[in-house]
Amino acid sequence: MPKDGGIGASTKRREDVRFLTGAGNYTDDINVRGQAYVHFLRSDVAHGRINGIDTGAAEAMPGVVRIFTGADFEGVGGLPCGWLVTDRFGQPMQEPPHPVLAQGKVRHVGDPICAVVADTLEQARDAAEAIVLDIEELPAVVDMKAALAEGATKVHDDLKSNLCYDWGFVEENREAVDKAIKEAAHVTTLELVNQRLVANPMEPRVAVGEYNRGTGDHTLYTTSQNPHVIRLLMGAFVLGIPEHKLRVVAPDVGGGFGSKIFHYAEEAFCTFAAKACNRPVKWTASRSEAFLSDAQGRDHVTKIELALDKDNNFTAIRTDTLANMGAYLSTFSTSVPTWLHGVLMAGNYKTPLIYVNVRAVFTNTVPVDAYRGAGRPEATFQLERVIDKAARELGVDPIALRRQNFITEFPYATPVAVEYDTGDYVATMDKLEEVADLTGFAARRKASEAKGMLRGLGVNCYIEACGIAPSNLVGQLGARAGLYDAATVRVNATGSISVMVGAHSHGQGHETTFPQVVAEMLGIDASQVEIVHGDTSKIPFGMGTYGSRSLAVCGSAMVRATEKIINKAKKIAAHLMEASEADIELKDGAFSVAGTDKSVAWGDVTLAAYVPHNYPLEDIEPGLEETAFYDPANFTYPSGAYACEVEVDPETGKVTIESFTAVDDFGNIINPMIVDGQVHGGIAQGIGQALLEHCVYDDNGQLQSASYMDYAMPRADDVPFYAVDHSCKTPCTHNPLGVKGCGEAGAIGSPPSVVNAVIDALQSGGKNVTHIDMPLSPSRVWAAMNG
Amino acid sequence: MYSFELERPTRLADAVKLLSDSTESLPLGGGQTLIPTLKQRLASPERLVSLAGIAELKGVKTEGGTLTVGGGTPHATVAAEAGAYPALAALAGNIGDPAVRNRGTIGGSLANNDPSACYPAAALASGATLVTDRREIAADDFFQGMFSTALDEGEIITAVRFPIPEAANYQKFEQPASRFALVGVFVAKYPDGVRVAVTGASEEGVFRWSEAETALSADFRAEAVQGLSVPAEGMIGDLHGSKAYRAHLVGVMTKRAVAAAKG
Repeated sequence: MPKDGGIGASTKRREDVRFLTGAGNYTDDINVRGQAYVHFLRSDVAHGRINGIDTGAAEAMPGVVRIFTGADFEGVGGLPCGWLVTDRFGQPMQEPPHPVLAQGKVRHVGDPICAVVADTLEQARDAAEAIVLDIEELPAVVDMKAALAEGATKVHDDLKSNLCYDWGFVEENREAVDKAIKEAAHVTTLELVNQRLVANPMEPRVAVGEYNRGTGDHTLYTTSQNPHVIRLLMGAFVLGIPEHKLRVVAPDVGGGFGSKIFHYAEEAFCTFAAKACNRPVKWTASRSEAFLSDAQGRDHVTKIELALDKDNNFTAIRTDTLANMGAYLSTFSTSVPTWLHGVLMAGNYKTPLIYVNVRAVFTNTVPVDAYRGAGRPEATFQLERVIDKAARELGVDPIALRRQNFITEFPYATPVAVEYDTGDYVATMDKLEEVADLTGFAARRKASEAKGMLRGLGVNCYIEACGIAPSNLVGQLGARAGLYDAATVRVNATGSISVMVGAHSHGQGHETTFPQVVAEMLGIDASQVEIVHGDTSKIPFGMGTYGSRSLAVCGSAMVRATEKIINKAKKIAAHLMEASEADIELKDGAFSVAGTDKSVAWGDVTLAAYVPHNYPLEDIEPGLEETAFYDPANFTYPSGAYACEVEVDPETGKVTIESFTAVDDFGNIINPMIVDGQVHGGIAQGIGQALLEHCVYDDNGQLQSASYMDYAMPRADDVPFYAVDHSCKTPCTHNPLGVKGCGEAGAIGSPPSVVNAVIDALQSGGKNVTHIDMPLSPSRVWAAMNG
Repeated sequence: MYSFELERPTRLADAVKLLSDSTESLPLGGGQTLIPTLKQRLASPERLVSLAGIAELKGVKTEGGTLTVGGGTPHATVAAEAGAYPALAALAGNIGDPAVRNRGTIGGSLANNDPSACYPAAALASGATLVTDRREIAADDFFQGMFSTALDEGEIITAVRFPIPEAANYQKFEQPASRFALVGVFVAKYPDGVRVAVTGASEEGVFRWSEAETALSADFRAEAVQGLSVPAEGMIGDLHGSKAYRAHLVGVMTKRAVAAAKG
């Protein structure tokens, strides 16, 4: 197999040609003949009772097709939540309805009240301004602690309180953990905020609904990471359209980072309105709308306690977290602070007793859901910060403390219900010390100090659970879907191959990497293989792309389907060469008979499958196309060790990242260049969280950081040139490629080392600062230094 | 965006005439503030009078000790051509990003008087003269608080005359999101004394820090302002920094500007 196109080759991304030359086909590029445009009139108050909506004048405005309100959706289902969490008393979570358009109340700034469909967007906006709303403003619930207080205003009048659930994990460990903490030689406590973030993909969300009244077929073009999931949720739960009458297309998508996993009201609206208006209906979010309607991320307030014995061995961890759900339950919101967070609390360490308590809270803010890492960054951050704090309190080296407590034997069953199949945390830490030249730090600190700067070094480890997920397990945990994936390998008559995959590529480079796998397996050139994705009418099924799952789950399905292809092709080859199937070998794109010089080319076999003149028709069917569904046996557990060096300007509090080193164990790697890029992007987002990004609401629930004037995205000059190493490889033991996933690692692994480094810098300058909440903006660092 | 008429005169006199007739009009410079405002439907002028096509409003020239910049000159041109006043050129070259610098104009920035904009600090610290279609206004009289200036309705800044200082420097501490000045300090040393102008910090917009000016006029070294401070009261306090933080940064940025000041 030529190594320029198979597994392990840093093949250039073939999709970039169209993206970089303006030839991509994004949802906003799709214009359907006769389409109308919708503008959503959104709430400008965080909480209010709708006493009246007068659309009379607006309906008479030029170009208006129809104006919809919540009343039009009374017979229609609400947006569903995909994960039922059971609380620590065995009761189901409180699950409020989530109407497509507000009914009775508005619950966050941006909550859609009316939808104006008109011939042009400007006409729709003009008409929206003529709608007269009578909304009685109610007190807004913004702070989570206040939301849980006795007598607090309720976001949902029909619920008992603003508590979605009180989850304990593992509940049976609760008393033992309390006891261990009481009896510990040392307990380090850290209270922190993992701040709310806005995902901000470059492409805002877009939806185009189309209805064919001749056939009754619906089509939705949408910016989604998982078109089949949208078809399932919207068809079955919201609009009642059976799968065979509903096609969902997610064409080129310009970034998602989790925010495009979920089923949104605008998608259901455009699909519904296309039929109701008998016209295609298009919606394109403005950036301002994205800030008010895309699901946001993180937003945990946590207290973590780490107990150690007299020899500094970890003996117990107890955490208490408030997790903000926002005003409604977004599709996977409830799983993020529980099953994607609590089960990761062991980290890379053998702590025998762990108890995680999470209370999920409704507030009058935009809904919160998965954002790159989803629960795992929150777990990693608190754990790696409290370990650093413990090291300082105990006067021990933070790396030595980590090493002492590393899990070293695999498989390892954690006290929080998962089994790490493989890993080598000592090796990644050894590699980190080497690549980051930690022994040279003292000299670098001296050089910084000579310029009047404080220099700090921060290190952390991380573990994540990717390859989401074994369906039988997640079913027990409350998932309302299976989390397998599927692929169809269609070998064409002349030997080229189309692979229809359930994974969706929106920046991950699947169109390049997936063919590398098939090419390697068949010994043909990768250019002969093309990926088809993002259209429910073209691909067999798929649960989509999130949780670093595409290669580990969908890629495994693709391998299984390709194996079926090879098996069938060998039968055909055996027939063509009049040999026994058992003697057929596939190598370098040709089939040969072992021990002979007989061989047939790949193309001869594929042609025979479609022109079966000389073919074993009594044994096998013509054609060469196979489908496989793959349900993973376990999560995968990528892990790594990161180091960050910062300089802090003691006069201004400004933090500059001087170096960042990421050592990751992703198991086997298909395309090292693309893995580097995934890590780079993840770290940039992690640095964004650590130093820059902050989604802030005021006490009235108004979003203060509602544009890029106030929401600080990381830019190229905010981040350093990274040192990225993935030479430590412990292949996953349970999927055919031995791969683990790399998409979220950077975002999960980087915030703690940045913050640890800043704390280290400040302490080196004699400042008794033990924690600063993210983002570590200049003003916050300065305030901490002068507090 | 609401509908509006667009006029693109090529002569200043025509622009002035359009801005003074009975149609409600707004002058459009580089549009870096006005266009986003229109897109958000926060303004609904009947007509925009673009100044972008008026050649007589553009250009940078140096005569004697004065650098004159046409009111319609984009920041990128100032950055490239104001070599006679290096601190001003450097300031212009660090406003926004290349797209902003190639559209935004000095006249537009000064007329808008955003409390976090860079140019007001340069104009005030230089004791510049703002020339309009009808008069000359001293910088000391021009800036009248946040988004407020001495300009009358329809009055156009045609040029800005900067006396070239012996030494000057501008230090901008950037707000992390917008990269406008969280605090920006422009220090300019003239034979008759030092002028210090501060942007980004005050609720009243750009201001002169007279205490620092006095100290620096006597001793133009960073040490001279050590220990001086502006009161936190009256400073802007927001997501990106408290009043106290901004007051502190005024001192730090002033020191750094003095230390970096060059002719």
